[in-house]
Amino acid sequence: METAEQIEQVFREQFTGLFAWLVRDLRDFDAAEDALQEAFLIALRRWPDDGIPQNPRAWLAVTARNCAIDRLRRERRRPALEEQMNRLTKGPDDPGDLDDEVLRLVFTCCHPALSLEARVALTLRAVCGLGVGEIARAFLLPEATLAQRLVRAKRKIRAAGIPYTVPGPEQLSERLAGVLAVVYLVFNEGYLATEGPALIRGDLCSEAIRLARLLVTLMPQESEVRALLALLLLTDARRQARIDAAGEPVLLPDQNRALWDQDQIEEGLAELGRAGRDHEVGPYFLQAAIAAEHAGAEQAPNTNWRRIVRLYDALIGLSPTPVTQLNRLVAVSMADGPQAAFMELDQLKDVLGQYSYFHAARADLLRRLDRPRGARAAYQRAQELATNPKQRSALARAAAQLESDDPGGR
Amino acid sequence: MKYMAMIWTEWKDEGFDSEEALRYREFAAQAARDGVLVGGDSLHHPSAATTVRVRDESALLTDGPFAETKEQISGYFLLDCPDLDQAIAWARRIPGARHGAIEVRPVLDMKEMLG
Repeated sequence: METAEQIEQVFREQFTGLFAWLVRDLRDFDAAEDALQEAFLIALRRWPDDGIPQNPRAWLAVTARNCAIDRLRRERRRPALEEQMNRLTKGPDDPGDLDDEVLRLVFTCCHPALSLEARVALTLRAVCGLGVGEIARAFLLPEATLAQRLVRAKRKIRAAGIPYTVPGPEQLSERLAGVLAVVYLVFNEGYLATEGPALIRGDLCSEAIRLARLLVTLMPQESEVRALLALLLLTDARRQARIDAAGEPVLLPDQNRALWDQDQIEEGLAELGRAGRDHEVGPYFLQAAIAAEHAGAEQAPNTNWRRIVRLYDALIGLSPTPVTQLNRLVAVSMADGPQAAFMELDQLKDVLGQYSYFHAARADLLRRLDRPRGARAAYQRAQELATNPKQRSALARAAAQLESDDPGGR
Repeated sequence: MKYMAMIWTEWKDEGFDSEEALRYREFAAQAARDGVLVGGDSLHHPSAATTVRVRDESALLTDGPFAETKEQISGYFLLDCPDLDQAIAWARRIPGARHGAIEVRPVLDMKEMLG
């Protein structure tokens, strides 16, 4: 007799591929989900006695397809069903390698005609196989809101005719950037969690890494995919060190680097090396290269800030966002001193004036320039704008530190 | 599938733009050659529009377009494409996409709806 855990593991491993395969023929997310669900239920009833079949994927595929066909027969109303039926009944019994199917599904879920939040929800549901409740909890949304979002996205895919295809070469890089953006967003949602239980949010990081790994398998020739995986691994390696015992964020220079996950760093560096064989350098490659510089510095003072500045220069050349400019100036201040960065920093005030990190960075520069009064005001502003209570208390601590360094209140 | 590509542009009052009109004609010719074009028209200035509502069995007419937005519908194409990606690929080539916006909307298939 097989254990429930073994059966569950089979389901987890086979879900995405089988779902993608069913969706391709059914062109209907709900019908595919229902059919697969039904096949899983049948397996749960039969496998404990019969044992797990030799080829569980083929078994589940045939069963799910039969469930889908039965359902179609029962509700034969619309002419489109005939087409579905034809596609279903013509296919082979063992779908074999499902990687192409999964890749198609990824591009459908991340289609730019869907809103970004819908893309994220759909990808986590269909590609990662997370439950609606799980996704809702991770994004701190009511389950009904998330369910509604999924319904709307699925409806649009069907009504608007969003295809189940991998885009052609002329559109691939544009569309791939959209897919990677979804993965990166999932990761950041977990990593930069502003509220909610850390454990659940950390799962989002793991899920994003799993997704990036899957994409590397599906598109081994795309260097930006590898670069994204490298970036996620190198960033996630610092997870244990970036929050202290009180749950407050610890800045990079103050982190205990012994807590960094060396295995993950090594894997990240290896992926980065493979991505680096490509001549073209993309934004994820540059960000991963910056993360690699930090990972390679055994102690904070050994960081090669000059090289990091050059990487930021290249990144700004590709996408000059204000936040990237802010990060570059922080690196400049480490490489060439706070004065060099300070003048330029104020030019970002118009766009980043409502951004807590801008004022925190400014406060730090003022502190290092020995201008405590300005620093105090900037920390104050950063605290007002911070959305995360832990962030706020870390800023308050930094401001208090200023007082003890300078009791005179210059 | 049929898609309507609605062309939303800002109206200039300088009169007829013959170069733009030529670009539209080239687009339509290409779409027709590839068997995608089902139909299409360009419209008069929105100031020529009349908006009609019937309330309590009587018609209320207002002068001008339904919505007073900066961009107004200046024309449309009806395209027959296998999927949204191809409809988008055609919409990108509509001249108005370069300065206005193209809203691509699937046409409801009444046959399928009513069975």
